Amino acid sequence: MADVALQPNRSAAQTGRKRSSLHNALKRKSTVAFLMTLPLLLLIAALVIYPAFYAVHLATLNKSMQRFIGFNNFEFLFKRETFWLVVKQSCIFAITAVIFKAVLGFIIAHFVHNIPAKGQRKWRGMLLVPWVIPPAMSTLAWLWLFDPSYSAFNYTLSFFGIGPIPWTGDAMWARFSVILVNIWVGAPFFMIMYLAALKSVPEQLYEAAAIDGANWWQRIWYVTLPMMRNIIAITTLFSLIVTFANFDIVRILTAGGPLDQTHIFATWAFRIGIEGSDIPLGASVSLFMVPILAVAAIFILRDISKRGNEA
Amino acid sequence: MSRRKLSRRQFVAATALTSAALVTAPYVRGAHAAGKLSIGFWDHWVPGANKASTDIVNAWKEKEKVEVTIDYIPSQGNKNLLTIAAEAQAKSGHDILAMPTWWPHAQSELLEPMNDVMEDLIKRNGEPNGTVKYLGQSKGKWLAVPASVGSQIKGPCSRIDLMKQHAGIDVQALYPAGAPPKADSWTLETFLKAAEACHKAGVPFGIGLGETSDNVDTAGAIFQSFGAALVDEKGNLTVKTDAVRQALEYYKKLISFLPPDVGAWDDASNNKWLVSGKGAMIMNPPSAWAVAKRDAPQVAEQCWTHGFPSGPKGRYAPYLAYFWGTWSFSKNKEAAKSVLRALSQPDAIEKMVVASGGYDLPCYEKLTTLKVWQEEGPPKGTLYHYPNPHNHQTLSIAAAPAPPKIAQQIYVQATLTKMCLRYHKGEPMEKVLAWAEGECEGFMRS
Repeated sequence: MADVALQPNRSAAQTGRKRSSLHNALKRKSTVAFLMTLPLLLLIAALVIYPAFYAVHLATLNKSMQRFIGFNNFEFLFKRETFWLVVKQSCIFAITAVIFKAVLGFIIAHFVHNIPAKGQRKWRGMLLVPWVIPPAMSTLAWLWLFDPSYSAFNYTLSFFGIGPIPWTGDAMWARFSVILVNIWVGAPFFMIMYLAALKSVPEQLYEAAAIDGANWWQRIWYVTLPMMRNIIAITTLFSLIVTFANFDIVRILTAGGPLDQTHIFATWAFRIGIEGSDIPLGASVSLFMVPILAVAAIFILRDISKRGNEA
Repeated sequence: MSRRKLSRRQFVAATALTSAALVTAPYVRGAHAAGKLSIGFWDHWVPGANKASTDIVNAWKEKEKVEVTIDYIPSQGNKNLLTIAAEAQAKSGHDILAMPTWWPHAQSELLEPMNDVMEDLIKRNGEPNGTVKYLGQSKGKWLAVPASVGSQIKGPCSRIDLMKQHAGIDVQALYPAGAPPKADSWTLETFLKAAEACHKAGVPFGIGLGETSDNVDTAGAIFQSFGAALVDEKGNLTVKTDAVRQALEYYKKLISFLPPDVGAWDDASNNKWLVSGKGAMIMNPPSAWAVAKRDAPQVAEQCWTHGFPSGPKGRYAPYLAYFWGTWSFSKNKEAAKSVLRALSQPDAIEKMVVASGGYDLPCYEKLTTLKVWQEEGPPKGTLYHYPNPHNHQTLSIAAAPAPPKIAQQIYVQATLTKMCLRYHKGEPMEKVLAWAEGECEGFMRS
């Protein structure tokens, strides 16, 4: 009887406790943050994590996708001359493009930072245009400028007795062209990130440096750059990953030619996987950079968090 | 305003009654009683050409009471190839899908055999050409039905005036409209001399050496004219042979008479070359001529489509075939086969060829002499020899006779044009051959 009499009270107390713990959980900022990011996490799981694991699965199958062959696709790739050519080109493409994007972005950010606030917005907007236009569209315009037979650049250069330059027909020029377009598209991203970082550098630091007699270069080296280190590291990492994975610019401008000398991972993976109907090998090509980029990401991010802790 | 409240009991009763009524209702044959069918056709570049296919399918669906949906899938950006790959992965998609050249073989394990359809069609339309048999059959099984839409020969399209003026060749006399060719003198040697003469005159032949199909197709036909193949039909490597060496030597000479940027050409480059009036010849189906008719009529009036020059081992011309395939996981295979039969009847094929302005080329022997090719112009008869009406040349595809799954790799990786470019750029012959052999070995992986 006592038990029966006590039971409802205990369950009511438990329900109350549950309710209050749920209430507390909902009140906690981290829970709310988690719930708000949940749709995005689900999207990422569906559109990034699942395809990534599926690509790993595909890379372990034979050409007709009927047999598990482990790492044989990678073994096969390592023996191919063209694969190493693609590795070399991807590194040249990504590293050169990221360095130039970073340097140009840094210089332009300084110019824009020094423009009076009134006119700055217009310049910021205009300079962001290459980054805002879908690359497939802007690259088509570049393709017409570089057209092998009717290049607008060559037409202009001919007035100065220069050319014609084989923009997409010669290996060296073709590599130059694809890197140039990538820099044109990507530099505004660096510019805007660096501009934001520049704006957050306290003016007092420059004043103190000026009092100490620091010249322009010393102010950049000892004040600006250390204050921007984290932003530089993150933008470089982000851009390196995106540039290594680039597809549209190379595909539209040269499709990997001439003689495969502008192929990068994504374009060669497409050539093999989709055009050549060898999806497992294409998946292996596209996955090759994952471990290398992952290690780079770990080091850069670890460095950033270390500096954050020190601060 | 009164509002009647629906009690829980009433809701359950109404739901149960509705379900019972739906389950026990008699089957009424409606407008689409024979099921649904989805078709993915190739999106034709000729404006209005899709309408012919739509009309034929609509007439069939009215008769058969099938609900049909048609998607026109472009080949720009390889959208069609991506669709094929995605549907093959998902094991779901269109009941009929247009597949270019190598894709029936690439997807052979997933395609419904079409032997019964092809038996009827061959009886009615005649034998398909050898290239279609090579690309569409595997171990006696028809993998797909040849489509006239999109199929083409990429033969020479010459400027009558420039060839006469600079090379002393009357292409209309070699290939007279309405009569068999008199082209015994039209050999690779004559072709090379003409290329040199036109190059000297500032109107070089526009033959690309890039990695897209127009470039590869021409190289394929010239290699075959020398009897040169990288892999034979049994899958043996035949790279280091005299025939391949001869073909490379020939190409080396030819490249020096071509525009300097041909290594970067894509499928649009040769069209632009002809339309701009800069060259005396290109290798293309009549699409370039059709564009010239619209944009540069004075150029179009001087265009003549004709046969390939012959080499030591014969006269070969590239035939690029399209197919309509049905997935083995299709839910309405019988309806698919039925509509493919309707699309392959002679009158339907003629309707589609006319709608394409003579561009589409059926593969069947009885259908290469349609009126449209005799009448199209200007100049009248310019397309007469386009469909190879006198079987004057052997239709083939680059990289044949290698087993199709190997040939596809040779074709897609443009191994032939790369070999020619490498040799032309000064790489020693044996090094080029060793590189090509290494590539072909890689293509043999299964």
